[in-house]
This record gives sequence, C-alpha cells and structure tokens, in this order.
Amino acid sequence: MKTIIPLIIVFACGFYMLITFFIPARFAQASSQTLQNWYLGVIAFFVFIGIFNLIRINVDKIQRRLRDWQYSFILLFFLGVMLGAGFIGGRDSRIFLYFFENFQVPLGATMFSLLAFFVASASFRAFRAKTPEATLLLIAAVVVMIGRIPIGYLIWHGFPDLVEWIMQVPNTAAKRGILFGIDLGLISMALRVLLGIERSYMGGARE
Amino acid sequence: MFLLLFIINIYAIDLRAFDTPNDDGSGITINWQTYQNYQTFAIYRSTEPSGIFEKIGEVEGSENRFLDTNIKTGQEYYYKLNARQDTLIDSSRVVGPIKSQVQYFNTARLPMAICIIILFAAILFYISQAKKRGRLFIRKIPALNAVEEAIGRATEMGKPVLYVPGIMDIDDPQTIASMSILSRVAEKTAEYGTPLYVPTSRSMAMTMAQQVVKEAATRVGRPDWYNIDNIRYITDDQFAYVSAVDGIMVREKPATNLYLGTFYAESLILAETGHSTGAIQIAGTAMPDQLPFFVAACDYTLLGEELYAASAYLSQEPVQLGSLKGQDLGKLIFIGVIIIGVLCQIFSYQFFINLFNTIE
Repeated sequence: MKTIIPLIIVFACGFYMLITFFIPARFAQASSQTLQNWYLGVIAFFVFIGIFNLIRINVDKIQRRLRDWQYSFILLFFLGVMLGAGFIGGRDSRIFLYFFENFQVPLGATMFSLLAFFVASASFRAFRAKTPEATLLLIAAVVVMIGRIPIGYLIWHGFPDLVEWIMQVPNTAAKRGILFGIDLGLISMALRVLLGIERSYMGGARE
Repeated sequence: MFLLLFIINIYAIDLRAFDTPNDDGSGITINWQTYQNYQTFAIYRSTEPSGIFEKIGEVEGSENRFLDTNIKTGQEYYYKLNARQDTLIDSSRVVGPIKSQVQYFNTARLPMAICIIILFAAILFYISQAKKRGRLFIRKIPALNAVEEAIGRATEMGKPVLYVPGIMDIDDPQTIASMSILSRVAEKTAEYGTPLYVPTSRSMAMTMAQQVVKEAATRVGRPDWYNIDNIRYITDDQFAYVSAVDGIMVREKPATNLYLGTFYAESLILAETGHSTGAIQIAGTAMPDQLPFFVAACDYTLLGEELYAASAYLSQEPVQLGSLKGQDLGKLIFIGVIIIGVLCQIFSYQFFINLFNTIE
C-alpha cells in the first residue's frame, strides 16, 4: 500500500493534467490550475523544512567544532538578521535591502563573473585540434569569434554573414535535433512514471 | 450619387466576427480588412441587429483584430466598426448574429495529440514485446557505463562522490530523471561504502533525495551507510548555491562529480571547479545551451534525451528498456515525417505542411 497509493495518485493526477491540456473548457482549466496551486502550497511548506535542515546541520557543526565551523556561525548570524529584518520590516525594510543589495547581489555577481575566466580555460581545452571533429570545432569557433567583433568585418566583409550562416544553419539544425530527442525522451519518461514502470524517484525500485 | 458613396464606404471595410476557436467560450474575435488607411477603429456591439450599438473598444489604425471577452456564453451579438481618418468616419456593415460556445477539444493541439498517441502506442508495444522476449538490445551509452567505473575510482581513492541534481525543483522532469539516476548511484555507493554528498538547491528536492538514497541503501542491505547530513539543503539562490558546491569540491576533494539535472549559467562554474580538483566528471542535462559547457569541461556527458533514458538504462530491466526502444521507434517516425515535410516543401505540396500549421 505504501507504494500503490502514491502510484495511483501519480497516475490519476498525471493523466488528468495531460487530458486537460487538450480541453479548453473552463472546468478543465480551472481544475488543472487548482492542482497546480496545491503544488505551490506544498512548496511553501517545504521552505520551513529547508531552513530547519540548514539550521540543524550548521548548529551541529558549531557544537562539534568541525572544520570551518566559523563559516557556519556567520551563515546562521546573517540568516537570523535577514529573517528578523524581513519579519519586522518586510522585504522593503532598510536593513533587509541594505544586506541584500550590498552583500548578496555583489557576491552573486562575483560568482557569475567567474564565468568569463572559466569559458576561457574550458575553450582552451575544448578547442585543441586533436581529432578532425575538434579541428572543425576550432575553425568554426575562430570564425564565429572573429565575425562577432568589428575587426572581423574590416578583415573581410563576409565574416558577419558567414557567422550568421553558421549560427542559423548548422548550429540550429544540431540544436533542433537535440531538442527533438529531448522531447521524445521526456514523453517516454513521463509514460514510464505515469504507468509506474519507473518508480525509483519515489525511493522504491520495482519489487 | 449619395447612395453610391454610402455603398462604397460600407464595402471599404470588410468586417468578420466569429466565435474564438479553441477557447472556453469566453471570446468572440472580430477582424477586418480595409482598402485605405485609417487612424483608429472603434468597435460597437449590440444584441439586436437594429438596436442600440454600444462602443466596446477602440484600437489603433495599424490593428486589424479585436477580441471581445466581455460577453455571455451562448448570447447572440451583432458587431459593427467605425473607422476614422481625421474628420472622416466610415462605417462597416453590421455582422451577426455571433454567439460563443464552450470548446471541449483544442483542435489546434490535434497534431500534438496524435504524436503523443503514436509515441505512447510505440512505447507500450515495445514494453509488451520486452515482457514476452526478455532483454532487448539498446545501444551503449558511454557516459552511463562510466558511472560505475567513476564510483569505483572514488572508492579506491577513499574519497567521496558528489552528486549535484541541478537547481530546479521536483516539478521539473529533469529533476525527476536525476532522482531516478541518484537511486542507482546510491545503490552502488552504499554497496562500496563510499560517502555520497548530495547538496540541493530546493528543499523539496532534498527531501526526495534523502528518501531515494535511504531506500537505495536499505535495498542493498546497507542502511547503516546512510547519513542524512550528507544530503542537505543549501539555498534557492543560484550563485550562492554554486559557491557552496564549489566549496564542497575544494574542501572535500570528491573523486567523482556527477552533475545530472537542470543547469543554467552555473554549469561551467561547477564543471571547471570540479576539473581543477582533478575529479572524474559525468554530466547530463536537457538544456541545449548548457551542453557545450559540459562537453568541454567534463569527461562524459549525457546529451539531452540520454538523461531521461539513464535510469532505464542503468536498471537493465526489460520493461524499462522496452520503453527506450519504443522511444527510438517514435524518433524514426518523426525523422520520416521531417523528410516528407522537406520533400513537400520542395515540391510545394501544401496539404501535408498545413497539417502542422495549426500547432500553437
């Protein structure tokens, strides 16, 4: 019963959502929206579980003085500050906005900007012309890079058009091929899940 | 003369009104064509052909369509249009009666429904074949064959395995697929006694991952191996999550990193940090824009559909493999449809192409 009841719920809800996708009538759209709203309600509840897990693990780390426990202390301190500021003054309170705009936003931007360096190092490895395919990739990448910058146009007026062709024809064709496969794979997996053939995501494999 | 001008003006605007197709009965669409330019169009409505028409909207002269949604389903309406150019106003003839009706099937989605039915039928056929014949041949997926090898490497080195299930919640199919793979990975790591870290960016995904890993450990007879603290929630914030996972990589130095799920800009940051720590890396995502980053920075990559096929492939259960076979048949059918479509386009045979024009 522990497996059967969730499977019945998955089957019923999944197929119902699939059928309502094809029915524009109000009762179908409203009921599918209700199901989605229930999901949002469940998500809201899970925020507390996440915060509880975060606090439990970091408090334990501090108590046992595990390696880098000081970072856990800083994390819990700021978690408390942000929660307090949010509860007392709302999301527009000065303290809340101060920490958000001066800590979280710049730290996030810093992580994001690391991408520039990682793109360079990854490209260096990917573009080494070891095989014919890698050589082709290298040539295409060099053409695209040169064609995207103003000097490319000065070297040869046809570069921007060539770049456009590479992006619109071979690149788009490959991307669409992958997307086709993804969609078919998704439908196949959805059917496995709905029919209960695939159930390892629930914790239990097939008995 | 005056009568002639009046007739010309009426027919200068070709007005049409009809029940909006594929809706819930809440709309009537009005569209028009004119043979000269106008500045604005005012739309009028009445419930009687010769009754009082009330103005229900006005649109710019560049528009040729208006959707009337303030109606009662089943009620008959009449429409007319006044087109204005400076001080000149031309009126259309009255059109109607039009009434809206509830639609019970979205005909624009019919081709999609047919595709799904064909694919479902192909999958069910091969599942039944697999039940009868046992094991089916499925092409090898190197990235999945490497999973066991990568876990074995971590075990030999006495280091943990890091599993990143993407940054989306469990309503994302890629996260569901990732959880299915996690179940197989957890079985192997539990069997070998290798620590498995699963940092998540969604609390619901964390709960699911905890359950999946716990059940997997129990299945292979190693419930003692399961450590709830290794499957933890980090944060919903994308880059804060990345910095935390990067921190785990740098501090714990896992020998194997698995990135399977939905990834956005963080994909390369994770993969490059993992590469710098010397870990063997296996990635998989159905985000086409992130695939090149994983291909460049990881040892093995599951390309798109392979992510969804992974759990079935790893299980080696005939029924699950049958579904993969059915998926391949579906792919073959769609390749055939594409080829026919290209030929029809070349030879200007519109009937086949028009079948797909209604897809939204």
